[in-house]
Amino acid sequence: MAYQLDAHHAPVDSSVPLEYATEDGSLKILGFWIFLAADVVLFSCLFATYIVLQHNTYGGPTAQQLFDVPGFVTETLLLLTSSFTCGLAIFEMHRNRLQPMIGWWIVTILLGMGFVGMEISEFAKYVGEGANITRSAFLSAFFILVGTHGTHVTIGIFWMLGLLVQLLRYGITAITARKAFVASLYWHFLDAVWIFIFTVVYLTGKVS
Amino acid sequence: MLPHYFNHLFVTGTDIYIADVLIILTSLGIVGVLTYFKKWKWLWREWLTTVDHKKIGIMYIIAATAMFFRGGMDGLMMRTQLAVPNNHFLGAEHYDQVFTTHGTIMILFMAMPYLIGLINVAMPLQIGARDVAFPYLNAISFWTFFFGAMLFNLSFVIGGSPDAGWTSYAPLAGPTFDPGPGENYYLFGLNLAGIGTLASGINFLVTIIKMRAPGMKLMDMPMFTWSTLITSILIIFAFPVLTVALSLLTFDRLFGSHIFSMTHGGMPMMWVNLFWIWGHPEVYIVILPAFGILSEVISTFSGKKLFGYSAMVGSMVAIAFLSFTVWVHHFFTMGAGPAVNSFFGVSTMLIAIPTGVKVFNWIFTMYRGKIRFTTAMLWALAFIPTFVVGGMTGVMLAVAPADYQYHNSYFLIAHFHYTLIGGTVFGVFAGLYYWWPKMFGFKLNERLGRWNFWTFIISFNVTFLPMFLLGLMGMTRRMYTYPPGLGWSHLNMIETVGAFGQAIGMMFLAVNIVWSIKYGERDVTGDAWDGRALEWSTTSPAPEYNFAHVPVVYGRDAFWDMKYGKNREKYQVKAKPYRPIHMPNNSGRPFLMSLAFFISFWGFVFKWYLVGGLGLAAVFVFMYLRSFEYDTDHYISVEEIEHTEAAAGRL
Amino acid sequence: MTTHSDVNPSHGATLPSDPKAHHETFPWKHILGFVLSLVLTFAALGLVLSAALPLTAVIVSIVVLAVLQLLVQLLLFMHLTERHGPATHVLTLVFGFFVAFTIVAGSAWIMFTFHATVA
Repeated sequence: MAYQLDAHHAPVDSSVPLEYATEDGSLKILGFWIFLAADVVLFSCLFATYIVLQHNTYGGPTAQQLFDVPGFVTETLLLLTSSFTCGLAIFEMHRNRLQPMIGWWIVTILLGMGFVGMEISEFAKYVGEGANITRSAFLSAFFILVGTHGTHVTIGIFWMLGLLVQLLRYGITAITARKAFVASLYWHFLDAVWIFIFTVVYLTGKVS
Repeated sequence: MLPHYFNHLFVTGTDIYIADVLIILTSLGIVGVLTYFKKWKWLWREWLTTVDHKKIGIMYIIAATAMFFRGGMDGLMMRTQLAVPNNHFLGAEHYDQVFTTHGTIMILFMAMPYLIGLINVAMPLQIGARDVAFPYLNAISFWTFFFGAMLFNLSFVIGGSPDAGWTSYAPLAGPTFDPGPGENYYLFGLNLAGIGTLASGINFLVTIIKMRAPGMKLMDMPMFTWSTLITSILIIFAFPVLTVALSLLTFDRLFGSHIFSMTHGGMPMMWVNLFWIWGHPEVYIVILPAFGILSEVISTFSGKKLFGYSAMVGSMVAIAFLSFTVWVHHFFTMGAGPAVNSFFGVSTMLIAIPTGVKVFNWIFTMYRGKIRFTTAMLWALAFIPTFVVGGMTGVMLAVAPADYQYHNSYFLIAHFHYTLIGGTVFGVFAGLYYWWPKMFGFKLNERLGRWNFWTFIISFNVTFLPMFLLGLMGMTRRMYTYPPGLGWSHLNMIETVGAFGQAIGMMFLAVNIVWSIKYGERDVTGDAWDGRALEWSTTSPAPEYNFAHVPVVYGRDAFWDMKYGKNREKYQVKAKPYRPIHMPNNSGRPFLMSLAFFISFWGFVFKWYLVGGLGLAAVFVFMYLRSFEYDTDHYISVEEIEHTEAAAGRL
Repeated sequence: MTTHSDVNPSHGATLPSDPKAHHETFPWKHILGFVLSLVLTFAALGLVLSAALPLTAVIVSIVVLAVLQLLVQLLLFMHLTERHGPATHVLTLVFGFFVAFTIVAGSAWIMFTFHATVA
């Protein structure tokens, strides 16, 4: 909250996008950017651990044997598309068009659910083949890195569902706009993290 | 699940029973007093639900003091055990637990909350803000820290304390060599507190960037605020590393993964690597705010502006950068080879340069100043030589080949106690004496303060100076006893005497607080020390809204400028009429949400996944409730402001 | 610096009638971003599946492609360059990338050297 000022029933600043229109909104957006920077470091530790342990398969399946190209490419496409539709929702929000915004918002959630569903079935398949988290250090690091990302996406889905209710209830206001914008930052960020998982885990696993 | 664990749930042993009885009696005493004086409602409304940064700061300081007591008792137990050779006051296993909890509590539950508490108390006032950027989040920070600390301490009576050292090295801390709930308490307690610390870092950074008083440029900020800014950045980028390290070890212990195992391709040294990637910035997280406090205290009591302000800021920025590039110096002996060890040895030595710059700046600040030897200033003066000893021995440790001799000896123990006590704790004491009137409206007694200071500083050196010698004589850390005839016995006895001397020094502080509550000099001006920064321009203690009018600033040392400076006239502008002030609502949810975290994590400690899961579900419910809450703040009316200001004699 | 614009704490605020900052009616930027991300993804995939380059070259190239894709997300989707006050978030992010790089490269260097030394 912006407790700096004496302002009383002051108008919204209309020269900036709505999510920045209140002092409170711009504080929270900045705070969230900083949180994302911290999350970059969190993922970098998991990546470092994975890179260090990736060849320690202890006689268990290797990355090359395990990963299935059409599967992880489909997951990637689902998440890339959801990032695009999430961007479109914010685009419509900036044009103050509630219905299309909510439409793209729902598409984003559905694509995210598709991604999580595919990841769960991928994990289940590995575990069914005996490649579970206790099998080798490589698999421990794999499940924890990819699972942490999957948990982030799942939390994002619940978050966006909550905001969907608020958008339906209040429409596009300075507050809902800020909340939706912050959630969209989170969603795009998770897409970017996935690109690195796609590259460092799946693609690298296929070549080496 | 339950019956299996139930047999081992409560820790047994005579000393533990005594502790149990004391804990129960203390709890009953607190409940009794609150009930007798009908204070439950007051406790809930004024404290447990508060989002006021000043009250949150005070709660941090109270909790840190309690933890200081707990960690200090651990220290006394260790010194009692080591006083004479072949002693059996504590068994080996018990000694392991005591040094583990001593280290963990002193760093994470004493040093950090003391500093975060002082930051909460002083930083928003110094920049002329009415609160931090996210007051609700601030309450969450406090309560997650508090319940994290409580969870960690609960191990003492239920389940058994962790015993793998505060660094909790794998594979010793892994499931194979350390079964039982003790290490789980460490992992979950620290992770819970870590959530709050990260949130504090983000909160303080946004506050400083966005909420400074009109006219206050970054290079006009008081040095304590600068140190908070840099510390926040270190917290934001270091704490996620700790979170990952703790979570990975948790997976190993709870779910049988093999990240840090000896078998299945795990790499125990990866724990050491991750732990110190966090651990080294952590060292600066607990020292930089102390540097900030000392800068304030030295400048105020020398009656001079801080010498070399820009150099001070620059050296802190340099320290922040370098602190992320030195972590291997904690494990040179792992044997990563000459290239790695040389790189990290040199980068470590580089940090001595900006640190040295700061020491010279403090000395030049005092040069030709009218120094007032208050207790706060005494702590600051003692800090400089003590910290220099700690810092110089640190440079010795940074020489990788020599480190093979010093590593894990008492030389190291002496080194980091000289930095952490001589730096952080002296800084905290200086800050407590300095900001005490701002927090409570009265000063601590100076005479008792000097007793506190001299007893502690002498005893501190009696305790830790001999440790350098003992280390060079070959005594290693964490050994629970030693045979006679090694030439260690006298020095150990001297150290034990010193440790009890420090305890007596602390008793003087306790007596001082009690005495001053009743008889201490009241601060009616708000400017107890003829101060320089904006916190002294408002009343002591500051009203809920901090400033009736947000101050406008024209340069450094704004309040000094207002009183004596060349911009005096500009500050004399006629006060506008008051306007309603926008403030956040209190909320019980941060407390309840953190309680849910506590219950959940306690369940996970014992692998009761139902309790753990339900607790986490409750946490998410609380987060959802917050998201759907739109009525989050209120206005303080003009009449109420006038009433408050009149009562303070400021109308 | 603090912007001393006024504050509206209530949720009743509605969109100003003429939002100057966003007059585009077609999401060109987003479509460009989507197309670029698809191209970059399939380029990386093609490099790996074709096995035309030596291993190190493949890994370096796909990491470069991933970094480019990160920039696409940041610049075209996340409005990174939209500034309302100082670019604190950019500085913070850059420092975050510095720390992340230090952690990944440092850990790999340290642990692999260690492994080579002791094994």
